[in-house]
Amino acid sequence: MKKNPFAKRHIIETCMKVIMLASLILVTGTLGLILWTIIKNGIPAMSWEMLTQVPKGGFYMGKEGGILNAIIGSLYLAGGGTVLALVCSLPIALYLEAYLGESKWGSYVRLALDVLWGIPTIVYGAFGFAVMVSLGLRASLLAGIIVLALIELPIMTRAMDEVICRMPLEVEQAALAVGSTRLEVALRVVTRQMLPGIITAVLLAFGRGIGDAASVLFTAGYTDRIVTSLFRPTASLPLAVFFQLGSPFPEVRARGYAAAFILTVIVLIVSFGARLLSSRLGKYTIK
Amino acid sequence: MMQQKPSDPLSQGSGQTQAFLQTRNRRDRTARKAFFGITLIPVLLIIVITCLLVIRAWPILSSQPLANLMLGEVWKPTNEQFGFLPFILGTVWVTLVGVILAVPACLLVAIYLAEYARRSTRTIAKPVLDLLAAIPSVVYGVWGLLVIVPFVDDILGPFFHRWLGFVPVFSVTQPTGFGIFAGGIVLAVMIAPLIIAVTFEVLSTVPDELRQASLSLGATRWQTISRVVLPRVLPGIIAAVVLGASRALGETMAVLMVVGNVPSIPTSIFDTAYPLAALIANNFGEMMSIPLYDAALLSAALLLLVIIMIFNILSTFVLQRILGKARI
Repeated sequence: MKKNPFAKRHIIETCMKVIMLASLILVTGTLGLILWTIIKNGIPAMSWEMLTQVPKGGFYMGKEGGILNAIIGSLYLAGGGTVLALVCSLPIALYLEAYLGESKWGSYVRLALDVLWGIPTIVYGAFGFAVMVSLGLRASLLAGIIVLALIELPIMTRAMDEVICRMPLEVEQAALAVGSTRLEVALRVVTRQMLPGIITAVLLAFGRGIGDAASVLFTAGYTDRIVTSLFRPTASLPLAVFFQLGSPFPEVRARGYAAAFILTVIVLIVSFGARLLSSRLGKYTIK
Repeated sequence: MMQQKPSDPLSQGSGQTQAFLQTRNRRDRTARKAFFGITLIPVLLIIVITCLLVIRAWPILSSQPLANLMLGEVWKPTNEQFGFLPFILGTVWVTLVGVILAVPACLLVAIYLAEYARRSTRTIAKPVLDLLAAIPSVVYGVWGLLVIVPFVDDILGPFFHRWLGFVPVFSVTQPTGFGIFAGGIVLAVMIAPLIIAVTFEVLSTVPDELRQASLSLGATRWQTISRVVLPRVLPGIIAAVVLGASRALGETMAVLMVVGNVPSIPTSIFDTAYPLAALIANNFGEMMSIPLYDAALLSAALLLLVIIMIFNILSTFVLQRILGKARI
């Protein structure tokens, strides 16, 4: 039987293929458009002062200064949050794999992590602030770090869990067969095998943490000075973007775009770094 | 201290070997307990967050019937009138528009990547989606302000008003560009990577034999997809969409920046709205002197939390069954 290219089903096939390709181009193009918008509006307002100075008098009316306070604050917040989250999530991921495997409690913990992942960051922020009010604390770097750690914890743990699950069972069994305890398997075999995955998870969580505004809005506050103590409020890049965009002065809004550009660049570096590191280090693991 | 060296003890006396084994086992038991304690954190955290929000929202939840609060239309904190209806409807409208805009394109992209695309296309598409997921919410907000709001104002608004203006849902009454449609577009882009990734994973669980069987009977690829593959994974795709919707419900900053934030009940997709998350972000932390205000905002957070948790748990159950990662 000869194929009839004009049969209805072949026409539908071609049409669907075209529509699908168009959707793919639409999604990819949107990413391009977003990056282009940020670069086009951010670059003109970028200057050396933006990166190296703190806001000076009249900064919010378009006078001199930069957003070093927000850059440093954001790095502290996300860095601290990531370290704190790592301290908790590595044991959880290892425990899920090395001790629990496919048990019932393991699946409950995974469900809990998925639910935590889904909770909006504004709810974490409100929760954090409610706790601070009950304890009589004010907005501070420490509070921001803790809330970001809570937000990053499920992201990091689930990402680690995914890669650890992919590890060949034989590697673990071999270690157990020569007499290692579960702890030794977890620390000396699983952790080393999964190092690339762990680094990717950490960087992923860091990227998520540094970009989040809703959680630090109440908990970390905002200040024009570079933060020097854990117990002082601190500025952060997402909030610098947000506050400056609300200004009636075009110069200040332009700086908001520049701040968004800096934030995007940091996130892109982290994201690409994660990809690069995991493919570099991935060579040395047993597949 | 000699137990510290793992290579030595076997060559030494049996007493020392015994001691070494005991130390290792003791360490293992201690670590097991410590690790177990840390795994309690996620479970406890959910309980603590929910309980604290309930306790802090209790003053207002107990002072009036729930229906009053949820269906009240007036929001005047100074008069102790807390009607959440405009905010709830605002959230629902923005989320619905976002999901409706996102779903068709996302499903098509996921199907293309899973069923048609060559390996090289996939390796290009994955970083693109990862980057879209990594872009911070405020950056989406900036993009929305600079591109989407003018786009809605100059092009989409007039277009819809001209051709579909007789349908109330599409009529333009306040032509500013800020509003539900702008928020929906931004949300659609934000939830796209999640929906695509989950749908892709769900699609790749379908065994290849099924596709081959269908193709060998002479079906076209699209016939195979629409009649064999999709019916099999429909629950999973619905779960992916629900997951995307739950992400959209809680999205705060990007939506807040483009949605207009006027507490009125929207009737058209070009109206401004004031979603729950934006309400919390804009008002929480200030005006603590007004009685019950803080409780009202925390009950908004609680409402958001409960809805999102229900969405999440349902979709997680469906996905876990399909993807088989952890069975409950």
